[in-house]
Amino acid sequence: MDFALTPEQEAIRDAVTDIASRFDDAYWLEKDKAGGFPFELHKAFADEGFLGICIPEEYGGSGLGITEAAIMMQAISQSGAGMSGASAVHMNIFGLNPVVVFGTDEQKRRMLPPLVRGEEKACFMVTEPDAGLNTTRLKTRAERRGDHYILSGKKIWISTAQVAEKALILARTTPIEEVRRPTDGLSLFYTDVNRDYVEIREIDKMGRKAIDSNQVFLDGLPVPAADLIGEEGKGFDYILHGLNPERILIASEAIGLGFVALERATGYAKERVVFDRPIGQNQAIQHPLAESWMQLEAARLMTMNAAWRYDSGLSCGAEANSAKYLGAEAGFKACQTAVMTHGGFGYARDFHVERYLREVMIPRIAPISPQLILCFIAEKVLGLPKSY
Amino acid sequence: MKILVPVKRVVDYNVKIRVKQDGSGVELANVKMSMNPFDEIAVEEAIRLKEKGVATEIVVVSIGPQQASETIRTALAMGADRGVLVKTDVNVEPLGVAKLLKKVIETENPGLVILGKQAIDDDSNQTGQMLAALLGWAQGTFASKVEVSGETLAVTREIDGGLQTIELKLPAIVTTDLRLNEPRYASLPNIMKAKKKPLDETSPETLGVDVAPRLKVLSTVEPPKRSAGVKVASVEELVSKLKNEAGVL
Repeated sequence: MDFALTPEQEAIRDAVTDIASRFDDAYWLEKDKAGGFPFELHKAFADEGFLGICIPEEYGGSGLGITEAAIMMQAISQSGAGMSGASAVHMNIFGLNPVVVFGTDEQKRRMLPPLVRGEEKACFMVTEPDAGLNTTRLKTRAERRGDHYILSGKKIWISTAQVAEKALILARTTPIEEVRRPTDGLSLFYTDVNRDYVEIREIDKMGRKAIDSNQVFLDGLPVPAADLIGEEGKGFDYILHGLNPERILIASEAIGLGFVALERATGYAKERVVFDRPIGQNQAIQHPLAESWMQLEAARLMTMNAAWRYDSGLSCGAEANSAKYLGAEAGFKACQTAVMTHGGFGYARDFHVERYLREVMIPRIAPISPQLILCFIAEKVLGLPKSY
Repeated sequence: MKILVPVKRVVDYNVKIRVKQDGSGVELANVKMSMNPFDEIAVEEAIRLKEKGVATEIVVVSIGPQQASETIRTALAMGADRGVLVKTDVNVEPLGVAKLLKKVIETENPGLVILGKQAIDDDSNQTGQMLAALLGWAQGTFASKVEVSGETLAVTREIDGGLQTIELKLPAIVTTDLRLNEPRYASLPNIMKAKKKPLDETSPETLGVDVAPRLKVLSTVEPPKRSAGVKVASVEELVSKLKNEAGVL
């Protein structure tokens, strides 16, 4: 059993940290106030070849695993870029895995290289206002008309839709009444976001102002049949394939954010002198920080375990879900501890930690709630009766 | 022209150095190690000369334990072509390093050797100069600008009170100063390519160089802790303290 990163993984982490360090605290503070997609960061990672980390080499990528992608996403988040930085590239790192695994050679040649080069950005249109986590109940329809499909329906919580040229869309091609299982009859498309047929409304929200989250209305969007990924009706299976890697990356981002919050809080605790001694000399300040480090490190090990299992072709549902749960909760506690350690200054924007606290709510809530992960572990790992 | 760049594996510049309990040196166990920053500048300069079409091949050499091959890989990921590890667990002193490099240079026949002016661990600032003497080559130390034209090399040097530009005949030795360039980041495709680049291994024994230490470390101590400053109430008090206590006025 070897827990050390390989020299290559260390090189990746260091290179990512170097690139991310070009975007300092002032950059993210301003992004949090004024908004605006961090195009510069996206471009920097595209230029240095990092967007293709998981894309096979024959399509312009580097063909590495989810382990390396997780190391990369933690490093971006941990640089102080947080979820604003991570989400700017997140979808482009692993989102197109269904195309990699189930796409035709023609589709891969057409779809992957522009994403790797950063010329196109992709968004992920799956979730719907009336379905929530009950994905098979989604109502967006795709109807075949000759060599096209026509897509209509509503999507919600679609990140980066304002700036994305492309979207991976899940829609029902066969009505739920006509299929044997509810998971059948859904199809996956990777296509242009043609704004003549797509209305995108931004949702004003608590944090991560730089990365837009949206309601999306598909109003008769014509999609060429050539943009259907894999077989018609099997889209749900294709999406499932990418869920565990998604959880692993989200966990890494939350852990990175937790670590940068912890670093800031620790630095402050060493420097802030009250009653003639640094506040970090007090156990009431030390212990929560020490606890945070242990929780983050434990979550990181679970995440690396899940990533290693995925890359080794082993089942990883329990580990990936646990990683996302533990990572998000540890990240949240670390951010909250960081604010409390700073006292009144923790509430001031210029001290950055309140921004981290607002951002860390994202990996707590998305892409699946902590409660549903507990249900999953209870049912699938412990064998208890399904509760919902 | 072939360029040879020696690189050293040192404690990362971000690490807070701790002296070993027994005073025999600094703590290296479980400490992050990286390429000496001045050597990074040397690698960058070699790559820029290759991009300009002046250099055709960049060979990176490191002297040290097996892990020094990671430092070579870092240089290969930046864009160097090939590596040579002179493997030894002995702490090789500057003269030993210069002798080993001379042997490597005799087989490699580079037209130019670019070294960091010093390593941030022992701050010796000797290897480049010693190597130039052993080879009988011209040297341009503390370079802040390097320009190759035909068989000559113009090196701008950072000296006390200003800049000095000298002209050297190739082959030559250049040691880098901080302002020569800003090293690039390794791109992911280059990190991947670095894995496949050739890395040869040799040893001081094979090269026939005695690297046994000539110096003995008597003790290693932490620098004295800086004591806290004092606040003064007025300019008069400040001037009086500077005059009477500090004795600088």
